[in-house]
Amino acid sequence: MAVRRRPQRGHRFTESPVLQLALQGWRSRTVGLLLMGAFLALVARGFYLQVINNDFLQEKGDSRYRRDIEVSASRGKITDRNGDMLAVSTPMKSIWAIPGDARTMAAPQKQQLAKLLDMSVRELDGKIASEKTFVFVKRQVPPETADRIAVLKFPGVHQEKEYRRYYPTGDMTAHIVGFTGVDDKGLEGVELAYQGSLLGHVGSRTVIRDRRGNIVEDVGATKPPQDGRDVRLALDSKIQYLAYSHLKAAVETNKAKAGGAIVIDARNGEILALANWPTYNPNNRQTLSGAQLRNRAITDTFEPGSVMKPFTAALALEKGRVRFDSVINCAPGRMTIGSATISDAHPHGALTVAQVIQKSSNIGTAKMALGFPPKEMWEMFDSIGFGQAPNLGFPGEVVGRLRPWKNWRPIEQATMSYGHGIAVSLVQLARAYTVFAHDGELMPLSLVRVDDNPVRGVRVFSPQTMREVRAMLEMAVQPEGTAPKARVAGYRVGGKTGTAYKVEGGVYARKYVASFVGIAPISDPRLVVAVMIDEPTGGAHYGGDVAGPAFSQITGGALRTLGILPDAPIQVAEANAGKGRL
Amino acid sequence: MVRFNMILLLIVVVCALGVVTSQHRARKLFQDLEGEQERARQLDVEYGQLQLEMSTWANHPRIEKIARERLRMVTPDAIGRVIVPTPAVAAKGAR
Repeated sequence: MAVRRRPQRGHRFTESPVLQLALQGWRSRTVGLLLMGAFLALVARGFYLQVINNDFLQEKGDSRYRRDIEVSASRGKITDRNGDMLAVSTPMKSIWAIPGDARTMAAPQKQQLAKLLDMSVRELDGKIASEKTFVFVKRQVPPETADRIAVLKFPGVHQEKEYRRYYPTGDMTAHIVGFTGVDDKGLEGVELAYQGSLLGHVGSRTVIRDRRGNIVEDVGATKPPQDGRDVRLALDSKIQYLAYSHLKAAVETNKAKAGGAIVIDARNGEILALANWPTYNPNNRQTLSGAQLRNRAITDTFEPGSVMKPFTAALALEKGRVRFDSVINCAPGRMTIGSATISDAHPHGALTVAQVIQKSSNIGTAKMALGFPPKEMWEMFDSIGFGQAPNLGFPGEVVGRLRPWKNWRPIEQATMSYGHGIAVSLVQLARAYTVFAHDGELMPLSLVRVDDNPVRGVRVFSPQTMREVRAMLEMAVQPEGTAPKARVAGYRVGGKTGTAYKVEGGVYARKYVASFVGIAPISDPRLVVAVMIDEPTGGAHYGGDVAGPAFSQITGGALRTLGILPDAPIQVAEANAGKGRL
Repeated sequence: MVRFNMILLLIVVVCALGVVTSQHRARKLFQDLEGEQERARQLDVEYGQLQLEMSTWANHPRIEKIARERLRMVTPDAIGRVIVPTPAVAAKGAR
């Protein structure tokens, strides 16, 4: 067994002669204290940086991986009552550049970029020659093009997300829907009127990104984006199309300057169609200026003419001054009131009240009106909404002109009874006719779909009076009336023509506004349809000849679209079938 | 005592590794979620574009043009129409 021996000359470590030095104890203690002091200083500094004054380092750290990002929100859609799209936003990109950096681009790169953006190199050079630090090279670039540009990494060229508004129905609904500017803010129509609810609110979130730019964690508060609310209009795009196309046809055949048409649901005051001519295409920004932008039906007033007569008759009936079959002598077709003379277009003899409306006699209406105190007549006009904005919330609504009754002269009262010396917009006129359709209640109008039925109106006339007026209106579209062309095959309709001289520079010019406002079907009124044609010059200028056929076509189409049962006896329908091709 | 400490140390190490792994997995899942949300947004955009396309194809002027010109359809006149009462109307009539 081998015994391990220690080397002889070796000695234990603790016995090392080096350690035998007799050093004073304070030296080691001093070193120990110094080291301890240094450690404490480090701990204190660490504590200070990490706990007490940690903002600076926190910020430095955050700036390396934390990012605040904006979450975009889109503008609400506008749809018709059935959900058909009228205005939709879709994301696009805007291409912008820092001109200083962009000028370093090589010529072939510039050519490539210009080609992708569908612009000339010179145009591009012009943009980046700017002294500013930020220029838009092109806005509303389709996302596919923007992606191709992003891949090519042009120096100083950047992109940003934005939205573009599309109007699939184009010029057909342009006036009611309106349009937005490049920055997605509403400028006209419903886009402007409902800006508050259509507008989306961008959200924000704070995230941690990793080395590759992926979001790995949400930190801090996030604010979810709020997309704009969709607006569902009362408009029915099919009825709108009918109104638009027949109005356009009527304006063209009569070589007129302009026109407007409105279809209102008489049960709840919803505007089912509102068309104007001339119109514009809201998708093409070059056309967004000039007179075609005017929503004439709401923002323009005109002297309505004879379409006012039924209101005068209704007031006379309501107050018991006349009965449906009271006879008024309208011979010889002229009448002098004060210094002015009024006349009928065609002289009539003695007419009943109903015939006065049917044949549209100015003399007969004026004679009825002269029996009223001015205040009573003013109150009636006021209660059916003349001289007041129709409260649609639509930009540019006009109140029309209804002068205070205190300084009415008799001649003015007489002319007002048949619609001269008073100015209204087409929408006011159509609204006033809801009184006849809704048994004497004036209905509030609505641009947006109304879901809570039934809507209550304001009572103006008694249901009995309204039944009588409706009978008169129906007589006006009979062969003996002023508007046989306004009849609708299969349905009983009624309405009143208007042929008014236009006022130009304070005097009546030989220019006309032809109109027709009617209700259908007479047995259970559902629609109020108003058509106005401005300055027809194609030969005919009477409301019955110019606006009547358009009324007939719009109303017939709208009634069928809504699935309303024909209420005319079948014989009448057959008799009309040959004439009224729909 | 030493053995017990070693076990505790082992547990701590295992826990620490567990935290790291689960954090990693959480981030992976979060990334997937992000990706899916992005896809949802894209699909939403595409849906909007398709709706737009649909309403362009289905606009009334186009339908009328095709119906009248290509398919030679006409609106029937009053004689050519037969009204079929809906059940509700029929029931009312029977009562």
